[in-house]
Amino acid sequence: MTTGTLTRQPSVQPAIPGVVTLVLRYIGLMVVDAFALWLIFSLINDGIWELAVAIGLITLFVNIINLRPELKPLRWMSPAFALLALGVIYPIVYTVYVAFTNYGDGHLLTKTQVVRLLESRTFVPETGVRYRWEAFINEAGEYALWLTAPDGSAFFVVGQGELQPVSGDIPETFQGFRRATRAERTRLLTAAATQQFGPEDNRLSVTRDFVAVLEQRFSYDRATDSITDRQTGAVFTADDEIGFFVDRAAFEAARAQNPEARASDFVMKIEGFPAGVGYRTVIGFTNFDRFFNSPALRGPLLSIFTWTVVFAFSSVASTFALGLLVALLMQGKFFGRRFFRTMLIVPYAIPALISVVTWRGMFQPQFGVFSQIIPGLPNVFADGTLTRIAILIVNLWLGYPYFMLVCSGALAAIPADLYEAAQVDGANRFQAFRFITLPLLLVSIGPLLISSFTFNFNNYTLIAAFNDGNPVIADSPIPAGQTDILISYTYRIAFSGQGGADFGFASAISIIIFIIVGTVTIMQMGLTRRWEEVSRNV
Amino acid sequence: MSSISQPIGQVSRVQQGGLTFKQRRQLQNAVRYVILTILIIFAIFPVLWIVSASLNPLQSMASQRLIPNVSDPALLLKNYTDLLGNPDRYPFFRWLLNSTLVASVTAIGIVSITAPAAYAFSRFNFKGRRNLLLFMLLVQVFPNLLAMVSIFLMLQQLGVYLPFIGFNTPGGLILVYIGGAMGTNIWLMKGFFDAIPRELDEAALVDGATIVQTYIRIILPAARPILIVIGVLSFVGIFNEFVLARVLLRDKETWTLMVGLYVNFVSSNFANQWGLFAAGAVIGMLPTLIVYLVLQDQIASGTTAGAVKG
Repeated sequence: MTTGTLTRQPSVQPAIPGVVTLVLRYIGLMVVDAFALWLIFSLINDGIWELAVAIGLITLFVNIINLRPELKPLRWMSPAFALLALGVIYPIVYTVYVAFTNYGDGHLLTKTQVVRLLESRTFVPETGVRYRWEAFINEAGEYALWLTAPDGSAFFVVGQGELQPVSGDIPETFQGFRRATRAERTRLLTAAATQQFGPEDNRLSVTRDFVAVLEQRFSYDRATDSITDRQTGAVFTADDEIGFFVDRAAFEAARAQNPEARASDFVMKIEGFPAGVGYRTVIGFTNFDRFFNSPALRGPLLSIFTWTVVFAFSSVASTFALGLLVALLMQGKFFGRRFFRTMLIVPYAIPALISVVTWRGMFQPQFGVFSQIIPGLPNVFADGTLTRIAILIVNLWLGYPYFMLVCSGALAAIPADLYEAAQVDGANRFQAFRFITLPLLLVSIGPLLISSFTFNFNNYTLIAAFNDGNPVIADSPIPAGQTDILISYTYRIAFSGQGGADFGFASAISIIIFIIVGTVTIMQMGLTRRWEEVSRNV
Repeated sequence: MSSISQPIGQVSRVQQGGLTFKQRRQLQNAVRYVILTILIIFAIFPVLWIVSASLNPLQSMASQRLIPNVSDPALLLKNYTDLLGNPDRYPFFRWLLNSTLVASVTAIGIVSITAPAAYAFSRFNFKGRRNLLLFMLLVQVFPNLLAMVSIFLMLQQLGVYLPFIGFNTPGGLILVYIGGAMGTNIWLMKGFFDAIPRELDEAALVDGATIVQTYIRIILPAARPILIVIGVLSFVGIFNEFVLARVLLRDKETWTLMVGLYVNFVSSNFANQWGLFAAGAVIGMLPTLIVYLVLQDQIASGTTAGAVKG
């Protein structure tokens, strides 16, 4: 293929443009590096290590191939590699990682992000200075407060500015502000939840009776990996196995009584974290264990898995059979051949989503065209088996033109003298097809059959657009449908919003699908080799 | 191209004594036409049905007949005017614009980023070349679709710092589209570059052109027809893509045409909005249909099969 006369870079490159390109390349690299470094530091700051490492490696790689002269040919590929790494390789690696975590609703943030969120919460302490207050307002509608401490000292504070020491009686006007009316005072109070006074390190909370300095409510101790609630004094320790902050003391006390007690029953619960203060963490094989061993999921999963295989297999078989039939019919010259071909390709030339939804409309139970033409046609979408049959019909329509095209090409490539030889040997037409056409066709089409299988194994568009995987499986703990295939089930778990997103479990299923698809692909290589042997013996 | 019908036909004539060769040929042709006609009805009917639905002024599925009611020709286009005339309810132009933008940027990106990489693989011999090529093929065994969860999460994380390529932006979608098929596209394009005679670039190099000049002045012009075909087919493929677009775009304003058509007209009140969906569908299928009919012979010859869906 490509043995090169061009193995060496030619030495005819002029020197001056060389310097210019060199400078341009260094400037370009510096811009890329500066940008990447900023991104990496921002990511690390939020505890998103996976992406930071990926971006770091990609940047390093781009730098190496652009600085080492012996890697010059790779420079042509820097953008391609960067995008391949970000768009394909990283998602694969990350899918594997997520499959071993509890990433999902309730565990969306990293521990770093959760701690930072908690540290920004404040509370009104029982002790501490409590000021009496008077409200002021200016022309622009901004509020200011005149605060009087119990010891008699007084301060004036405008919005989120510093507290200025003041003295004397409360004046009617001060620094362009006037005393607020009762109504304005009430308005301030109703907005007080959002309206904060004082500088950031000395936030004031306004209540009806007093103004108090707010204090940080939660503090994180890195050494013990625990959060202290300074309002209640409770301490919660991070439990990295379940990704929650847990009341360790209460849990241990309970376990002393009952060895069955679980840490997940003692998670820290505060406002804004309905399921407890959780973060994402590695949880080992739990997601895979659920897939294979959860008794509640077993029924639906088995049904989905079986249908996925049956669907993919029947789709390939039916589209190949019809496509081959059409290709055979289209052989030779006859009147209107080009017209027939153009018409028969049409299903291939229409966006899949539009075709599938059109079929959905034609199968619509009340008003669809099939209900109008065929009296007594039952509601297809209400019955799992009927929906499955309908899906296979739709997929036959979608898929046969592809095999018609490739079979036509493959048939044309079969040498005519083989048929002549068969004729001499006294073979009839069927025998010629069975012993010459089909084996030779399978050699060239075989890999395409396999890739069609893997394509249909993941044919989400068809399943989703035809009937969303419905009708539903009645007793499934995670919503599932009778016509769901594994990939549409994965979509439901991750994105549908019913039952909460569970990215970890969805990724685990993705990996299982990949193992199946990958095995089939490897088997394809073995089969292709066998078919080639067959062809050599013909 | 010689077919099996003639030589085998002579064998069978002996077995089916009653018919002459000519009669048998006529019977064969008759059977061929009958089957092909049935198949054409199967192939074309859904298309006719959706076109007819788009012309039904009453919009609902229940009122549709195959031949639309043409009592008032002005009403024939009612679905189209309703769909295009209510940008607040159905931002159809917005979706069309989004789809066109995403698909064209992706197509240009794919061609301009893949071409130099494929050129290097085709023309330079360097250490690790074979392994890199195999690696790229292997990596694409993992369907992009399977990684939709991690792609979604990645864009969500990136979007916090780089809003223009984040979740729910056309930029993020384009990034995923370009990166997602990079390996396959490099392979495909390398094949076409391999077919360009090496004498061309060698002559240029002997004349003192640099490698870059050779690439820009010789290789790219020679490969232009195939670059255009790959670009056009990528455009069509992305224009019609549904799954990733649905996962990665959340807001009505950012949807592509396929997502908009599905979520707006199919997810709810399907039977009553049937005519509107049909009008959108007819407009939405036009780019693809035109491309396929124009490029029919290339597609049929299979030279570009890898770049098309499936």
